Amino acid sequence: MATSLDNRIHHKRGSRQWFLGHFWTTVTWVIALFLFSPVLWMVITSFKREGSAYTDPPTLIFHPTLNEYSQVFSSGSGAGGAGAPFEHSLVVTVASVALVLLLGIPAAYALSIRPIKRWRDALFFFLATKMLPYVAAIVPIYLIAEHLGLLDNVIALIILYTGFNLPLAVWMIRSFLLEVPREVLEAARIDGAGLRTELMRVIFPMVLPGIAATALICVIFTWNEFFFAYFLTAFNAQTVPVFLSHFQSTEGEYWALLAAAATISCLPVILAGWIAQKQLVRGLSLGALK
Amino acid sequence: MLYQGKKMTGWARSRLVATGLAAVTVAAVPVVQAQSSAASSKAHVASTTIKIAIESNSNMQNIETLTPEFEKLYPGIHVEYDSLNENNERALVETDITTHANEFNAVMISNYETPMWAKNGWLVNLTPALTADKSYQINDLLKPIRDSLSYKNNLYGVPFYGESSMVYYRKSLFKAAGLTMPLHPTWRQIEADAAKLNNPSKGVAGICLRGQNGWGENLAVLDTAINTGGGSWFNDSWKPQLTSPADEAAVKMYVNLVRKYGESGASQDGFTQCEALFGEGKTAMWYDATVAAGLIATSYPKVSADTGYAYAPTGSASGAKGVPSGWLYTWSLSIPKGAPNQAATLKWLEWATGKQYIAYSGPKIGWANIDPGTRYSTYALPQYKAAAKAFAAITLASIGAAKPNDPTNPGVKVPYTGVQFVDEPWFINLGTEVSNNISAAIAGTESVTQALATSQAEATQTVKQAGLLK
Amino acid sequence: MSDLVDSTNQLEVGRGDVVSATHGPTSKKDGHLRRKAWIRRLPLLPALIYMVIVTQAPFVVTLWYSFRGWNTETPGSNKFVGFASYSAVLSDPAFRSAAVVTIEMTASAAIISMLLGSAMAILINRTFMGRGVVRTMLITPFLVMPVATALLFGTTIYDPYFGLLNWILSPFGVNHVNWVGLYSMPSVVAVLVWEWAPFMMLIVLAGLQSESLESLEAARVDGANAFKTFVWITLPHLRQYIELGLLLGSIYIVQAFGEIFILTDGGGGNGSATTNLPFYIYNKVFNAFDFSQAAAAGVIVVIATEIVATVTLRLLSGLFRATEVMS
Repeated sequence: MATSLDNRIHHKRGSRQWFLGHFWTTVTWVIALFLFSPVLWMVITSFKREGSAYTDPPTLIFHPTLNEYSQVFSSGSGAGGAGAPFEHSLVVTVASVALVLLLGIPAAYALSIRPIKRWRDALFFFLATKMLPYVAAIVPIYLIAEHLGLLDNVIALIILYTGFNLPLAVWMIRSFLLEVPREVLEAARIDGAGLRTELMRVIFPMVLPGIAATALICVIFTWNEFFFAYFLTAFNAQTVPVFLSHFQSTEGEYWALLAAAATISCLPVILAGWIAQKQLVRGLSLGALK
Repeated sequence: MLYQGKKMTGWARSRLVATGLAAVTVAAVPVVQAQSSAASSKAHVASTTIKIAIESNSNMQNIETLTPEFEKLYPGIHVEYDSLNENNERALVETDITTHANEFNAVMISNYETPMWAKNGWLVNLTPALTADKSYQINDLLKPIRDSLSYKNNLYGVPFYGESSMVYYRKSLFKAAGLTMPLHPTWRQIEADAAKLNNPSKGVAGICLRGQNGWGENLAVLDTAINTGGGSWFNDSWKPQLTSPADEAAVKMYVNLVRKYGESGASQDGFTQCEALFGEGKTAMWYDATVAAGLIATSYPKVSADTGYAYAPTGSASGAKGVPSGWLYTWSLSIPKGAPNQAATLKWLEWATGKQYIAYSGPKIGWANIDPGTRYSTYALPQYKAAAKAFAAITLASIGAAKPNDPTNPGVKVPYTGVQFVDEPWFINLGTEVSNNISAAIAGTESVTQALATSQAEATQTVKQAGLLK
Repeated sequence: MSDLVDSTNQLEVGRGDVVSATHGPTSKKDGHLRRKAWIRRLPLLPALIYMVIVTQAPFVVTLWYSFRGWNTETPGSNKFVGFASYSAVLSDPAFRSAAVVTIEMTASAAIISMLLGSAMAILINRTFMGRGVVRTMLITPFLVMPVATALLFGTTIYDPYFGLLNWILSPFGVNHVNWVGLYSMPSVVAVLVWEWAPFMMLIVLAGLQSESLESLEAARVDGANAFKTFVWITLPHLRQYIELGLLLGSIYIVQAFGEIFILTDGGGGNGSATTNLPFYIYNKVFNAFDFSQAAAAGVIVVIATEIVATVTLRLLSGLFRATEVMS
């Protein structure tokens, strides 16, 4: 009954619906293209020569060149080559995200599946540390790093970035663990599964996508961090954002070179994000907060 | 070939794709080569590595590319550079030195920091070593520059390049408007010419002047106008003078000039942006550092032949005569006290600022482009005289005329040293605040009177805190 | 911090007992219970200790220097001065202005990002041609390195002569507008919104996708139109997602530094219109070289942040009711 009524209404509204549908699709596309245009412009500019990057009105049609890209990788571009910073960023990101997961997964477990007494206090503590104004700590961190001989050392960044991302990771992994149905756990326990089996066979496979989402978000924030990398590194630990900031040169405008460097710098994270977008949706909602 | 705007045809599109593909294959080769050469240079093991913090300007980029020559001369020494933009290089270097982190073997600072840091005992005295090495010819260094890097007659930094300020103008535009630029212009003449040459509909501004916030950005240029207009930062008993009639008149003249006849968006423009605008033919005049002369000559073929050069403008807004107003600045190299490997660092310092580096770099980077303003002998080199004949004499004479100990008009006495800065440790903070206000006045979000009133209050608070004013 | 922990403590004691009683051991031996409790706590400890060290060690050093008068430009100034640095910071008009700027910047960027992000989420929560491509385009700004964003907006977008924005708006009579100079705060906020709207979109999208189809269907059968359904069913359901998005977004936006550092260097407008608290502290360290005043400002900001955090976390009751239900 209800369905047939529904169908009739649908039929009546058919053309209007069709029109509205296309209208909203168009609106969505326009907004998406508008918001995407800065990225597109960055990529377009990166294939220009300097002469056509810096024109009034902006040049749309030009002979694309990879000239600027090879400049970015050669060490004569005034910022050293891109190779070493990429290595440093890779080391820092992999090490720090691994450490975050290593510390975060057990902590999240202790706050969800077998919660400790004061799980709520601990959770609040983690979120509160995330709110600390970290710029305020630059002087002590600089002095401590100097004292420990960790200036211009990737280890200093790994320690710091782990601290930045751990609170968020604990929150996220915890919410994914909470999604594991209680019945599944009960069943496993009745079957006499030990803790290890419970963890490895039951829980881990179920939360693996969630852990991947967490790792991805930590990778984004770690790869992109600028402030501490800028003030704590120089030669041996310079990361990609710091390398990129050197293209804000004091003499001469090099927009095409800047765009090429920016495109290369952003590429790993953009690709990772594109590939794992479904995880991003789930991950950022802290496991949908159910 | 360059297609502009929306005039894309089917033919153009297919051509575009074809050349694009070609470009991909061609350009991929140098990328691979660059990577392999980077790898091989890394394999080279050197016994001593010296690390140097430098400011990222094109002259320093040149020395980076020429450094293999140094490493060939001294096979035991490997040099690494950390190039940063001006404000942050200074910030990092000072933090490094004051906390004795000793991350750097040598640092690039300027005549602003060198005497103060020498006084604080943070830098190595270079005079004994450099006088001992006769080949360095310490007396060949320009005297005003040498003095500005000295403390108690000892040298604590060696100049990498030195500069004053001068006016650049487009000869063809002046000719077309029936104007002539005198060798020694006054601010009133500059203003009148800018008014006539300003042509926004053609996208050409009358003049490009720095408006960007930063003590070394808009304040550097503005200070020279204040000095020659009879104003100053402080009077002889440290009372701030920013709201005095002379200061206010000079600032109003500068702000009105750039707002009325200057480039759009001047409040965001520093040296870099003006360099690009002048180089792209977007402005008829530009008043800035003398070091830009070499850049225009080598990097901007569009305007280089058409560029004329004149001394820094003088006089007040009302037309009163003023002192020669070029500033005095040098990017110099110093060794922090306590830094390791000082002997090796000294070798590099001597090489980078020595006579033979200039002779060596000339053919490699273009004679007009060599590091100017450091040695008398540079200005006697026939190749340099030929390449830079239009501006070398102006640079040398302007540096010679700058008087950091007595920067303002006769009769105006000041308690501080410095032409385009006040050589006191608290100046950076005050200068940053004042330059923010000036930048706002140039953007038009604040009046000059307001901006100066705020600045005066900040200056008063600063000197009171420093215990200079009761 | 301690205030926050203590007050929630009292609420939780009872609950915690229940939890451990249900899953707890049958043995009644005290020692055994205590050992069990420690085994339970064990997995949490490494992370907890790590965070305590990483956040508290710098804080202790900050506290120490905040009572000294260390200005690196003045040799010999590194000695105990009591509360002098605190009074200098609190009486500094620039500090108060930075506090106001921080609130304005964070609130406007977070709220606009949320509005825009919600709109985007609603638009792509339909099936239409190219949905995947559109979603990919919309999330990209969040993935772009903030340094790259700031550099590219500052040059290729905002430049009054060669920028994209002036060119796009030129048919509407916009002529060489100096965006960053004249509208510095909106310019920075626009960049922040561009970066964070996708983040908000993702969170709201998760909310929309978790909405039960039955309740929507029921509303439709009851004769509610799309608008009413949205206001009465969808919006209340989205509330906790919106709260979460605003909370997480603000945590990051309040710390904005790179965008300001590269775009305006703290200037614009009335002199320091874009100097927020992080930038103020940065200036104290790297322009004034007054480590102690920077430390004092840092301590004040930490205390203020904790007060705001406590209040906010309590206000967002929905967030925690939700987590409570689960355990």
